[in-house]
Amino acid sequence: MNGFVEALADGAVVAKRNLIKVKRVPDLIVFSTLSPIMFVLLFAYVFGSAIEIPGINYREFLMAGIFAQTVLFGATITGTGLAEDMQKGIIDRFRSLPIARSAVLIGRTTSDLVNNVIVIVVMSVTGLIVGWRIHSSFLEALAGFGLLLLFAYAVSWGMAVVGLAVRSPEVVNNASFIVIFPLTFIANTFVGTTNLPGPLKAFAEWNPISAVTQAARELFGNTSPQFPPPDVWPLKHSVVASVVWSVVILALFVPLAIRQYRKAVAR
Amino acid sequence: MADAILAEGLVKRYGAVVALDGLDLAVPEGTIMGLLGPNGAGKTTAVRVLTTLLEFDGGNASVAGLDVVKGARELRRKIGLSGQYAAVDENLTGFENLDMVGRLYHLGKQPSRDRARELLERFDLVEAADRPVKGYSGGMRRRLDLAAALVAKPVVLFLDEPTTGLDPRSRLGMWDVIEELVAGGTTVLLTTQYLEEADRLADKIAVIDHGRVIAEGTSDQLKAQVGGERLELTVASARDVALTKAALAPLAIADISVDERGNHVIVPVSGGADVLVEAVRLLDGEAIKVLDVGLRRPTLDDVFLTLTGRAAEEDLTDGESGA
Amino acid sequence: MTLTLPPRTPMASRSLVQRFRWVVSDTWNVASRDLIHWVRQPVRIFSSVMYPVVSILIFGYVFGNAVMVASGGWNYREFLMPGLFGQSVVLGVGVTLVAIAEDTHRGVNSRFRSMPMSSTGFLAGRSAADLLNSTLDIAVLMVCGLAVGWEWRLGFGNVLAAFGLLLLLRFAMIWLGIFLGLVIKPENTSVVWTILLPLTMFSDTFVSPQTMPHWMGVISEWNPLSATVGAIRGLFGNPGWGGDSWVAQHSLLMAVVWPLAITAVFWPLAVRRYRSLS
Repeated sequence: MNGFVEALADGAVVAKRNLIKVKRVPDLIVFSTLSPIMFVLLFAYVFGSAIEIPGINYREFLMAGIFAQTVLFGATITGTGLAEDMQKGIIDRFRSLPIARSAVLIGRTTSDLVNNVIVIVVMSVTGLIVGWRIHSSFLEALAGFGLLLLFAYAVSWGMAVVGLAVRSPEVVNNASFIVIFPLTFIANTFVGTTNLPGPLKAFAEWNPISAVTQAARELFGNTSPQFPPPDVWPLKHSVVASVVWSVVILALFVPLAIRQYRKAVAR
Repeated sequence: MADAILAEGLVKRYGAVVALDGLDLAVPEGTIMGLLGPNGAGKTTAVRVLTTLLEFDGGNASVAGLDVVKGARELRRKIGLSGQYAAVDENLTGFENLDMVGRLYHLGKQPSRDRARELLERFDLVEAADRPVKGYSGGMRRRLDLAAALVAKPVVLFLDEPTTGLDPRSRLGMWDVIEELVAGGTTVLLTTQYLEEADRLADKIAVIDHGRVIAEGTSDQLKAQVGGERLELTVASARDVALTKAALAPLAIADISVDERGNHVIVPVSGGADVLVEAVRLLDGEAIKVLDVGLRRPTLDDVFLTLTGRAAEEDLTDGESGA
Repeated sequence: MTLTLPPRTPMASRSLVQRFRWVVSDTWNVASRDLIHWVRQPVRIFSSVMYPVVSILIFGYVFGNAVMVASGGWNYREFLMPGLFGQSVVLGVGVTLVAIAEDTHRGVNSRFRSMPMSSTGFLAGRSAADLLNSTLDIAVLMVCGLAVGWEWRLGFGNVLAAFGLLLLLRFAMIWLGIFLGLVIKPENTSVVWTILLPLTMFSDTFVSPQTMPHWMGVISEWNPLSATVGAIRGLFGNPGWGGDSWVAQHSLLMAVVWPLAITAVFWPLAVRRYRSLS
């Protein structure tokens, strides 16, 4: 238990170091919020005008999906950040220090979580400007944001494994873009899944991103009675499903990431 | 005197590549051991194993009396590592870098800060202390990196090519700092490609190649091992070459070698300056015109070339992959 | 690769013909270097095959079933494919930009600049390689399009004309990309995609500007990408969105004017920037 507390304290030191970078290189935060703002505008106005969701303004329907997509991209920073530290030998230094194996990873994922919180705030404001509203209670809304962040946090650990294994920030960045970008689209993030052709429909319905999006939609009160989710378990019980997905991803990738870190050696 | 670093029969394989092939090393407390070897010889691998960064496949090693595997956690409190590249955070200031390391050594908040300031002063980085490292020169980064390795006052310090890429002035400054440390009782394992550096700093040198130690000793012992002194002469004409060879035959302790094109004669000798005087007298007696004459002792370059069969700086561009 | 180096005469005494040959050989050498990069990096090949497949999947199927374009009754994917061709061409800005920024970062540009080669040769080599890459990208996209029900209805001559318009726009994007690549900090290149991608969507590529709020519709209609996409929809005989504004009616003209205008602005800027690199 004492070791765990120590790992957390060391993690906080590492997280602080990563956050100083955000402060010193403000371009980063500008760029990481600029693109979600563009996406909000794009979907609210460009596609939004052509897409109709029965019983609800498309912009209200849309926001949960964009939140999910954005925090997921935020989670990929964990991979690029670790790959960069690896390349520069900073991981070697950390590993030669008397700290827990998990401390650097805890620090990294935590600072990326903080980053995601900032991005969510910026996006919420953008959403409110284009007409998105929360129709539920304060606590439910909070739970919605919590769920989005929990899921992103879990994915961060997955990205940590990738970052430590691949070691090149550029490759991690490109690879995650190629993989995660389509994943966030073949889901219920931007449109309903009902009309999708067979295999795509099944994929979209069981895509964890769909569960998280649906859960956030419900918790924000952005659902429409005329547009119920498809009759599959993860979308009918989206909150539970989101938590389960997050826990499963964490259970799988936290040990894997720590193992990878233990063996990680810069070239 | 106890050994601060002791490695016996270390083996490390990367697939089919054998990076360490039964490496033995013993470094007494308070001394500097220079680890000399060409690129890819296994220097960096050895350092990574001894600093608990890398798991190995055979043999055993202890540092500061602790087993590097079983005592890894405890050991990390006692060692400092400064790697091949300056592993400092670009976006943090010099102070923040050192403070962070101090906090991770669990020195506590105030002591971490004090130690950081102290080290910045010692390494002549006070003015740059509150600027992000991004703007530091290569020499400043290296100094900061070494300072980071010293935060917890390690008893054993590992320096992996600490001066690679530094200009001559920065290199001299680095050497002074390292010498100072050892005077204070720290044990240092230093890897280098610069023979001059090993010659100047190391109490003992281990030459490694293909993952094992192929020669070990003080700089002088190693030089003696590859051969003693020799007279090198340049004479005016090809006729004089033959005459010289005959005249100096009594002094030679091995075959005299001749380079016809340069009118160059090399005579293995022993006896130091007296031999030189004797040789000049003999040549004078034969009326041979000598353009240049000198007594040469082997350099570490000679040691290196003789032992490893290749130049130290050959294939520099290959990097240290797998090393 | 064997390089035969012709004996080179000093700048001043070169005839026009020699100078031209010099430019051509420099162009070829730089272009072949870029093409070798392309072939040696499996990730790039992977992404250039993945891109059309994923785009068609997302826009053709996921969105296609929800999007309503002005005049209905036909397959959305017929409307979509010309949009995707155009989009891939504009995203080419990113390809050029990243390659240039990387070269600058690694000092490759300084080396080229220190050699007795014409700056035109270097920049032209870059564009030749990019144009070839784009041609392949569009060809792959077309094959994928044919597989999902898109087709050209007006003869092969029109297809070639459409191809020409796309490459013309790509040519303009190269100069924009080179300029931006020389200006942008290398660590910021990773975000280029997330900014570029939405920009390609504020146009008539995916939906009709008529359904957008008025101000955005106007911006989208005047997006150079809209002109090219509108023009090639006409050339392929694919359905358009039937805009009646001046710019929508004259898309063929604008598909030539825009790229020429962009090139006219950014070519000199890029060349000047390249020459003054420090």
